[in-house]
Amino acid sequence: MSQPTKLIVGLTFACFSALLTSVSCLAAETFAAKQVLHRGNGSEPQSLDPHKSEGVPSANIQKDLYEGLISESPDGALVPGVASSWTISKDGLRYLFTLRENAKWSNGDPVTAHDFVYSWRRIVAPKTGSYYAQTLAPVLNTEEIIKGTKKTTSLGVRAISNHQLEVTLKGPTPYFLGLLTHSSTYPVHKASVEKHGDRFARVGNLIGNGAFVLKEWTVQSHILLERNTHYWDNKNTRLDKVYYYPIENQSSELKRYRAGEIDLAEGVPISQMPWLRKNLKQDLRIAPYLGIYYLGYNLTRPPFKSNNKLRQALSMVINREVLTEKILKTGETPAYGWVPPNVANYQQVEYEWKRWPMSRRIKVAKELFQQAGYNKDKPLTVEIRYNTSENHKKIAIVIASMWKKHLGVKTKLHNEEWKVFLASRKAKKTQVFRSGWIADYNDAYSFAELLHSSHGVNDSGYNNPEYDALLAKSARESDSNARRGLLQQAEKILLNDYPVIPVYFYMSKHLVKPYVGGYQDNVMDHHYSKHLYIKAH
Amino acid sequence: MIEYFIRRLLGAIPTIFIIILVSFFLIRLAPGGPFDFDKSLAPEIQANLNAKFHLDEPVYKQFGFYLKGILQGDFGPSFQYKNYTVTELIGQGFPVSMQLGLSAMALALLLGSAAGILAAYRQNSKFDYGVMTISMLGISVPNFVMAPILILLFAIMFSIFPAGGWNDGALENRILPIVTLALPQIAYIARISRGSMIEVLRSPFIRTAFSKGLPTFYILTRHALKPTLLPVISYMGPAIAGIITGSVVVEQIYGIPGLGRYFVQGALNRDYTLVMGVVVFYGVFIILLNLIVDLLYGWLDPQIRLQGKKA
Repeated sequence: MSQPTKLIVGLTFACFSALLTSVSCLAAETFAAKQVLHRGNGSEPQSLDPHKSEGVPSANIQKDLYEGLISESPDGALVPGVASSWTISKDGLRYLFTLRENAKWSNGDPVTAHDFVYSWRRIVAPKTGSYYAQTLAPVLNTEEIIKGTKKTTSLGVRAISNHQLEVTLKGPTPYFLGLLTHSSTYPVHKASVEKHGDRFARVGNLIGNGAFVLKEWTVQSHILLERNTHYWDNKNTRLDKVYYYPIENQSSELKRYRAGEIDLAEGVPISQMPWLRKNLKQDLRIAPYLGIYYLGYNLTRPPFKSNNKLRQALSMVINREVLTEKILKTGETPAYGWVPPNVANYQQVEYEWKRWPMSRRIKVAKELFQQAGYNKDKPLTVEIRYNTSENHKKIAIVIASMWKKHLGVKTKLHNEEWKVFLASRKAKKTQVFRSGWIADYNDAYSFAELLHSSHGVNDSGYNNPEYDALLAKSARESDSNARRGLLQQAEKILLNDYPVIPVYFYMSKHLVKPYVGGYQDNVMDHHYSKHLYIKAH
Repeated sequence: MIEYFIRRLLGAIPTIFIIILVSFFLIRLAPGGPFDFDKSLAPEIQANLNAKFHLDEPVYKQFGFYLKGILQGDFGPSFQYKNYTVTELIGQGFPVSMQLGLSAMALALLLGSAAGILAAYRQNSKFDYGVMTISMLGISVPNFVMAPILILLFAIMFSIFPAGGWNDGALENRILPIVTLALPQIAYIARISRGSMIEVLRSPFIRTAFSKGLPTFYILTRHALKPTLLPVISYMGPAIAGIITGSVVVEQIYGIPGLGRYFVQGALNRDYTLVMGVVVFYGVFIILLNLIVDLLYGWLDPQIRLQGKKA
């Protein structure tokens, strides 16, 4: 075993300086006397139990109610959370976290290493039924515990003392620290979970360790959080109250935003984009986001099974620029690769033909289409299946018209309600299907793993042993440059195999009132309330 | 009377049973389950979740569990909103929907019948045409159009009322949703009561009253009103049940924590227990309100009472 090497992580310095700048920014600002923030939050959160919920609305609130070992600065950089420092062994397998002595639960109890051991065992325990148990997959024995072949006590996490936590990983995982910002790795207060069971995440029962505490929860109306006076960094929390409103309808959210009832809108109605650009330009925050919108081919059935040329031809004739700039007009980046730009420690890989003029792309695509066995006399008829939505419909129509124009392909559009669509995709009843993915952590692997032959979301049925082997190799590689090389190599293989058509990379879109301070765009689109404040206005 | 009431209630039991039976199996026929997401769950976790909610048992057994729960007043836990039971969700949502719905209905009854009766009394006058035109608009403009217009006008342009939210039921938060809910009802009721009043005004007993030289106001309120309201009352039964169990559109647009949203959200999320809960609740409600309407009919129309006695 390698001797643990003390790494005063450069990161800490980076964020320290970031912190200094933000402090100096704060000093220059004058604050409003009333520090109350009203946030739109999409749909009603499933739960405020970080181990039993799924989706962005739940995670947004949990970021305020709890704190993991690692946290994030307003610009998305990793900063110490409950852990004040950590060391990583040379082989990248052993993490030793030192927890803050002043980290406290909202009832005043100290947050200890034992809380993390309890919480992590809870999330992977099969009986918890957590949607996100697999977040901890890099931790030793997680997968065996989920399968029920090992006991939860065998999980690679151990409290050395009250304030020292040792985590053993299965393989070197460079993104592990980033993973620890995910809400599913947050600790829960053992005594209240044991006392209240499923009802612990309710007003009066919920004890958290974040900057805010749960004060009110009226389902479908609002959730009110108040400052947690026991929070270790309470002196830097500016807001006294944060209201979260579940507003699914983005047009309604916009109206409430315009009426001044909401300070931060979670979504933006795409149909109103031109109006917003004209009238609320300074409030509109559009920023790169780690997500991809793509179409998948079903590789298990004809016509796309074993027909790489056909798949390539269809992908090449789609003019992504026309789609993003003329049709969507919401600032998305055309996608010619699988991993989005701005992913940490990664250099994007793209199709060579991205730089070709459209005429050349069409010419080559026509040749490929013919070689694939199709022509005017034997045209291709294909179905695009998507979940019911105006936006998806619009995109499918445009793509179908490009296929028709350049290759004479007849396309049938087939829309289905969300859960029906998921079931069809999973059962591989599709030919071409819409899909999208948003990263849970800032690493290329978050995208690469999707097309691993054994991944649950690989609805294309893509199966290339060479690709799988490169992913496996990257998981064992502790040198970050070598690992990046392996993942890029894998992405090249993936792109050449054309199991999917990358269409565009997502952008996050919010409306933020000019008097809301501390807000910064970041690729994970995480905005903790503890960083925000209301300027005098 | 009481015997009739109880007989009707008992008669409702098979209806409710059929509602439960059909909806229970229908929702399960829809492809996709409550734990299907775009992220995939490990099969073992999926199996554990299914076991926790008895979804791994044969469907008839699940139905048995469900019936047993209902008989004990337990609609089960919501699959989607994990910290709440369906009974709690209905308990929170229904009072809100009911308050809004009843206020809207009261407003509609008052304004609608007054406008309708006056329009009938002044048949073919400008007032009559005005009421009928406006009510046609009220019926044909859907509330998903009306609500945003009201918000734009009264919340954004004139800042009189909030654009949405419930704010624990503050009066200013209620007004726009109540008006939105009431407008089409006012229109319906105005049209129904106008038609009915015209018919009543032509009947011999009203002509007699007029020929006796009774004052018009007296005739309209004492003699004509009750029979005029008969068709309105029969319309009100199902309409009240519909309006107080919540309107999906109005609740979505104004962000109101009522019951209406659960009908759609529950179905979309395949939240079986929530869907069943609201459907059963709604079913019972309609049956009860229809019963009340029948009883009211007896009070309003002496002919029905007499026929009842003869039988």
